[in-house]
Order: sequence, then C-alpha cells, then structure tokens
Amino acid sequence: MSSSNSIAVQVRGVTKSFGVGDSRTVALKGVDFSTREGELHLVVGPSGCGKTTLLSVVAGTLDWDGGEIDVLGTRLNGMAKGAVTAFRGKHVGFIFQQFNLIPTLTCIENVSVPLLLNGRHRGEAERRAAELLTTVGLADTGRKRPTELSGGQQQRVAIARALSHEPRLLICDEPTSALDSATGHQIMDLLATAARKPGRCVIIVTHDPRIYGYADRITVMEDGRVTQVLEGEALRHFIETHQ
Amino acid sequence: MFHLALKMLMGDRAKYIMLVGGLTFATLLMTQQNAVFQGLLSWTTSHLRNMRAAIWVVEAHVESANETKPLRDTDVNRVRSVTGVDFAVPLFQGILRAKTASGADKQVMLIGLHGATLFGRPPQMLGGDLALLRLPNTVVIDELGVQRLSQGRSRPIAIGDTFEINDREARIVGICRTERHFFGYPYVYSSYDQALQFAPRQRKMLSAILVQPKPGLDAAEVARRIGAETGMRAFTSDEFAKVTVDYIWKTTGIPVSFLTTIILGFIVGIAVSGQTFYSFVLENLRHLGALKAMGASTWLLARMLLLQAFTVGLIGYGMGLGLTALFGFLVLPIGQPPFLLQPSSLLLTGVALVVICSFAALLGIVKVARLEPAIVFRG
Repeated sequence: MSSSNSIAVQVRGVTKSFGVGDSRTVALKGVDFSTREGELHLVVGPSGCGKTTLLSVVAGTLDWDGGEIDVLGTRLNGMAKGAVTAFRGKHVGFIFQQFNLIPTLTCIENVSVPLLLNGRHRGEAERRAAELLTTVGLADTGRKRPTELSGGQQQRVAIARALSHEPRLLICDEPTSALDSATGHQIMDLLATAARKPGRCVIIVTHDPRIYGYADRITVMEDGRVTQVLEGEALRHFIETHQ
Repeated sequence: MFHLALKMLMGDRAKYIMLVGGLTFATLLMTQQNAVFQGLLSWTTSHLRNMRAAIWVVEAHVESANETKPLRDTDVNRVRSVTGVDFAVPLFQGILRAKTASGADKQVMLIGLHGATLFGRPPQMLGGDLALLRLPNTVVIDELGVQRLSQGRSRPIAIGDTFEINDREARIVGICRTERHFFGYPYVYSSYDQALQFAPRQRKMLSAILVQPKPGLDAAEVARRIGAETGMRAFTSDEFAKVTVDYIWKTTGIPVSFLTTIILGFIVGIAVSGQTFYSFVLENLRHLGALKAMGASTWLLARMLLLQAFTVGLIGYGMGLGLTALFGFLVLPIGQPPFLLQPSSLLLTGVALVVICSFAALLGIVKVARLEPAIVFRG
C-alpha cells in the first residue's frame, strides 16, 4: 500500500476514564492514532492497556472525555448520538471476538441485518447475503443457524455480515482469538483481502501474534498510551521478534 | 427488521411459550371471572325478566328483587285506585319444599299468578297448556324443575305426573323455559289462589303487585305516583334491576371476591410477562447491543421490543378468549356456573393486556435505551 493514501481515522489527544472517585480508571491518556485507507492496521498491547477502549471510541460506540476524533472525514466530536449511530450503520462494519451472531436467525438473516438497517428490502438483502456467504466459502450454510456451525465458520459469517453493506471502515475485536491457527489464517486472508478494497481500511485489536504478519502497520499501546507505531523495517523486525 | 424481531422472539421457544402461556392464563382468569360475575349479576335480575311486569310494587322495606316482604291483600286495590294504572294483579312468590319420587326434598320457587290474567306467565312454554293452571292442584314447572324433580323416577318427570309441594299433591300441566333464578331453585308456577293452598298459612301472603300502566303513560311516572300515594315501593322493571344490582354491590362480598380474582389475573399477567420478557431482553442484550453498534437506533429497537411484546400479547389474548369461550360452551348447557361474556368484558381484558404488554416492553426499552453499544467489545 502507498503511504500517500488519505487518512481514514485520525485520533488526537483522546482521553477516556471509567468510574468516579477512588474507583476511577483512566483507560486512554491522551492517545494519538491514525490509520490510512487501504490499510490493515493492528492495535496490540497487554490486557487493560486501552486498545479495546480506543476501538470503541473510534467506532462511535463509546463516549470519550476529551480530544478529537475524525473518521472517514467526519468529525465525531459534538455529533448527536442518533447521527453517530446512523453514521456507524452506514460506514462501519464490526467483527467481534465472540462473533455476536443472533442464534435464532439463519446465517442469511444474520448477514442481511446491516443491509436491512440501511433500508434495503428483505428479498434484496437476503440475495446479497447469500452472495456474500458464497464469497466467504459458506454457500451451503445460508439456511443454517450459527449454532450449527464451527467457530471458524461463524466468524466467516460475521465477516460476511460486516462487509454486507460495503462499509469503509472495518472494526475487528480479537477476530482470531477464539479460533485455531489454520482457521485464524483463513479469517485473516479474508480480512486482508477486504482491506485492499479502495477507500476501505481495517483496524484490528488483537493479542494474537500469529496474525502480526498481515499488518500494514502496528500500533503498540501500553497503560492507556500509544508507545510505538510500527511500519516498514521496524514493523518487519517487530513481527520477526514476536513470531 | 421487524420480521427478524419476531424470529428472535419465537426462536427462544421456552420464553415464547412462557410468555404466551402467562398472558393466556391472565386473559383466561380476567375474562372468565368477569363473565362468571356478569352471569351472576344477570341471575340477580333474571326473576324480573321471567315475570316481565312493567311496574313492581313491593313492601316499603324491600331492597332487591330477590327479597320478599309480604303485603296485605287489600293493597292490590289501593294500587288499582292510583291514576294511570291500567291493571294490577297480585303475585305470590316463595321458596317451598317439593318432594321427589325418591322421597328427597327439593326447594322450589313457587310463583302464584293472578288466575284470570295469568300475568307474569313463563317466558316460553315448551309443552302443555298454561290455561290449565286454573284447575285445582295444577302447576307448570321449568326445565330445571324437570331435572331436579325427576329424582327417583325411571324417566324424567313429565306432563300428567304428580309430586308433592309442602305435602300437597301437584299435577304438572305444562313445562316451560325460564332464566335461572339467582337462588338457583326451579320455577314452579301455579295460580295465585292455588299457591296460597300450597304455601304455609301466614297472616299476610301477598308478595308483590304487578302493574301495567295505561297505554301511552310513562311507567316511571306511574311508579312514582304509586309510591307517593300508597307508601309502598314501586319500581319499573329497569329501576328494580338497578336497585337489585346496587344491593349486591353494596351489601355482599361477591363483587370484591370476583374483583380480587380479576386483579390477581392482571398481577399474574404483569409479573409473569414482565419478568419473562425482561429476562428475554437481558439474554439478548448482547445481540441488541450488536444491532445498536451496527446502526440500529434506540427507537427502532424499542419498536422491535413493542412488536415482540404485543405479538405475544395478541396471541395470549386470543388463546385466553378461546379458552374462556370454550368454558362458556361447556357450562352454558349445564346452566351453572353463571356465564355472561359481554363485549365490555373483552374490551376491559384487552385494555389490561395492552397495559401488561406495554409494561413488559417498557422494562426492555429502558434497558435498551441505556445500553452502550460498546458492550459488544467486552469479553
């Protein structure tokens, strides 16, 4: 990828704390973070370092205390909650560690959810969902429920769901943690392919060093702060030392 | 999204069945108890409908149609002398012992009709000849009488058969159909003079006076005039029905007892559906959070929850009404317990169900409104 690609996400001096008084925990202590279009960007660090909190505020699913956040050219600061929700529904796709597929719906219905939320008709949404399931290698599972599938298959359904409405930003929270190595690599291949689409970027929060090799850039966090941003030679060295 | 909301609801079979079951039970309890209560209230005034008199004149202290305080025979003439009265006839009504062929005693409601006019005659004759009541020792009994007085016989008691009322022989000359009396006793009709022979002798034997106002006159006005001029209580049939129902409400524990059960049905509905639906929302909180993260607004999720709550409400309401109707079909031919399902009862239960479903949905909506979509990132 080219470093001249435009900035997709820009976070400047963001702070976030939870609780009050003695129980107050500062999760983000003035974080600066940016990612570019066409990039697969990993955010790594020990548990509790604030990477999931960073992901949540970038996605607009969590309010933050201070700092500025621009996502895909839109300033999230000061936006009404409803507007943030609408923005997220249109431009952001999610992949979760625990898949978060609705167990009482079929795979096609699960995948069609973002399309329905974006105003597509049911028939059209389900046709598109079926196509996407085929794309992720699950052509025969459309009428099955997620509970009938393996973990890897469920995550592929989740990827199809996340991509169904063609979002420009893909937010992934530990997408391979619950999967074995081979399945994890299949999932990462899909995500890396998705990231290559023009105008899109993928941010992945992970503990899993097996997937570092897929990164175009890695941001390392520690104790609520960004400690390193790695790309190029430094990134290759980091990957070698962690695998 | 709404079809998915329904699939989410029905996909959780245990909760879905629990919700529908709870609301069905609540509907059944509220509607059935209301219908039985309405039926009972209807019984309290059935005597008035059986007699079909325009105006009832009774003793000054009588408080309901099911109460008898005797008048003097001369009171009939006093009423006849009031302006606007077309005719007035004496009526005997009293509970007497009848003996069946097996020797068992059965209580009956003996009605003595004015011999010349037979005014207050049974609503519907099923067989025999009412005019034969003018012969000595003759009676007309209703279907309940046939049922009760047939005890000890190889076939149901019929026209031409005899039984004893207060140790005097009574010969059946007709079978009629009546609405069941509040006290649950069968009607036995005779002439007024014959009734005085059946009944134990007392100083005053006249139970009430049935009055027909002159054509074109307002019955209520004539009743008011009778009351003012004679000192007795005079009611139109509708007024007497209202006084009787009021008496039941004010002086018996029957309405409180039924209302308690109806309120319990409402509380059971609120508790079961509220708790189960809230638990359904809690179990789906992660999925609702995921939907919120994916762009579902709180308003959309609230509408989905309302749809889910009102869907189970509608199904529960329908099933509850179905079971109530089934209960009605089963008991109406038997004649007891009383059962009267009125549109107002259905409306009342419907409103209660709307309140229950709204409450259940509201619990979930409050939870969803406060839900941070970031919940989906927590492990």
